[in-house]
Amino acid sequence: MDISLSRGTRWSARARRGRGVRRNLTAYGFLCAALVCFALFSWYPIVREVILSFQKTNFIGETKWVGLKNFHRIFQDPSFSAAWKNTAIFTLLALICGYAVPFVTALLLNELRHARGYLRFVVYLPVMLPPAVSVLLFKWFYNPGPGLFNEILRFVHLPTLAWLDSSKTALISLVIVATWTNMGSGTLIYLAALQTVPAELYEAAELDGAGLLRRIRHITIPQTKLILLVMLLLQIIATMQVFIEPFLLTGGGPDNATVSVVYLMYQYAFNFNNYGGGGALGLMLMLVLVVFSAVYLRLSRDDRDSRPARV
Amino acid sequence: MSNVLDRPVRTTHARPAVRRARSPRRADTGPRTLVSPHSLRTRRGRVIYWTVLTLTVVVFTLVFVFPLYWMVTGAMKSSGELVRMPPSVFPEHPHPGVYEKAWQQMDLGRYLLNTFIYALGAWLIQVAVDVCAAFALSKLRPIFGNVVLGGMLLTLMIPPTVLLLPAYLTVRDLPILHLNLLNTPWAIWLPAAANGFNIFLLKRFFDSIPSELLEAAAIDGASAPRMLWSIILPVSRPILGVVSIFAVVNVWKDFVWPLLVMPDTNRMPVSVAISQLSQEMPQNVLIAALVIASIPAVVVFFVFQRNIMAGLTAGGLKG
Repeated sequence: MDISLSRGTRWSARARRGRGVRRNLTAYGFLCAALVCFALFSWYPIVREVILSFQKTNFIGETKWVGLKNFHRIFQDPSFSAAWKNTAIFTLLALICGYAVPFVTALLLNELRHARGYLRFVVYLPVMLPPAVSVLLFKWFYNPGPGLFNEILRFVHLPTLAWLDSSKTALISLVIVATWTNMGSGTLIYLAALQTVPAELYEAAELDGAGLLRRIRHITIPQTKLILLVMLLLQIIATMQVFIEPFLLTGGGPDNATVSVVYLMYQYAFNFNNYGGGGALGLMLMLVLVVFSAVYLRLSRDDRDSRPARV
Repeated sequence: MSNVLDRPVRTTHARPAVRRARSPRRADTGPRTLVSPHSLRTRRGRVIYWTVLTLTVVVFTLVFVFPLYWMVTGAMKSSGELVRMPPSVFPEHPHPGVYEKAWQQMDLGRYLLNTFIYALGAWLIQVAVDVCAAFALSKLRPIFGNVVLGGMLLTLMIPPTVLLLPAYLTVRDLPILHLNLLNTPWAIWLPAAANGFNIFLLKRFFDSIPSELLEAAAIDGASAPRMLWSIILPVSRPILGVVSIFAVVNVWKDFVWPLLVMPDTNRMPVSVAISQLSQEMPQNVLIAALVIASIPAVVVFFVFQRNIMAGLTAGGLKG
């Protein structure tokens, strides 16, 4: 009895360990494909980016470690400061248009009781178009001669604009394209958030005699504060990576007026064959964006923790 | 390589949408919003409401539909009519033949097929790889599972665009294996599978499936693949739908990554091909090509409208 019991426990302990090993093996069997993909295309490139920015590589000659030379080189490039300045202005303008406009649109749509499906469908339609299509479409609209925008200006007897051809209006033209294509997703996300604002709060505020604007300021905005913050960060992160608009519309011109950081990175690598300089630019942008991303992830985690548990 | 805004965002305090019981008296009012239902019922309120509604519908149509109308009709104008000022609102002599010309001259069928193959493959691989990984991390919980999960979620902090160059160099010359994936579909399919957000969404959903179900299956002798196939997957339809939509839409909309990894003109997806050929084409042929390239997206949106819009706030799914 005694013996059989001890043998039994020893047997089951070994079996448990055996099962543990088997379970781990099975688990890593399931994980291996994802591990390979992540290692090759996410983790390794992060390391490679850092290495790249301290090397001189063009894949024809040999690869050399050059310390901070790549950074010196790009700091001296006049396009460098232009790129950061443009990216900052673009992000700021895109925030003013692409952040306020969707929120106001969502407020409006939330009040309307008719044509809801149509309005939602229409506002999200440009988001579904391939970005290259909408950008090329706007390139045609921006044509200073027979383009749609100048035709409209002529129709209402306003002076026409050079749009993409003038360094004054080029950047704002890019912001208009970006806002038109992307505002649908923001609008629908805000709409979803607005529907979670408890009706009692509005009723109470109304009894207290709060007008429409005060209701927005003291109820709607505080109630949707977290989603507004999260979207602000997402928007900053997304617009700082602007590439396709300058690439297809202006080629960075006129006069470096629309060159963006990612576009300059692309040029360094594929036009100047200077991967080190491109890597250095990428590394800088990465460090800036990681800060915003960290705040974003922090905020969305708080959101999850503060939510009442529900299954 | 996707845009950050393509990720779904969780809305605050996602409450279940409680639909009020329909009483005949308040048939057309939903839950109360900013404007009180009382002021809407007054005469003045109704006038304002209908004015605002009409204005909104007109402005939205002008801003979002009119450009598309201009595109569809612009393609049917002759080159001369296209540059005429002031422009004609309707094409004088519509030439639908331009669409046929664009299809043939630009070989759009091939590029649409390429895009379709990239999207389909990326979807299959992404779902297979990420579901398996999330299942292992959620239910099998191996040692160092949390480290692996942390490493995968860490990639969410780094937008793919900033890793464009090192990722491109990796695809050009895979470490250890020294394979060149440029101009092969794998260059799009494999990086798409490394999607931390999918793993996050899937794992969170799998975590909410009671482990007792799996334990019962284990006693009956079910193997791990069997559990995944027969227990987990059948109840995970909603989250699989969300992940699938994002997988397809991301590949469909992506531009920079295929621009880099598909330098061969014959391998390009449709949006890259059109932008590369745009310089050599007459304006009306180019516009026709833009229309054709946007048709699949619009059709997909029409059919899956509900799922796509719901997927935007996917983080609000239970879990």
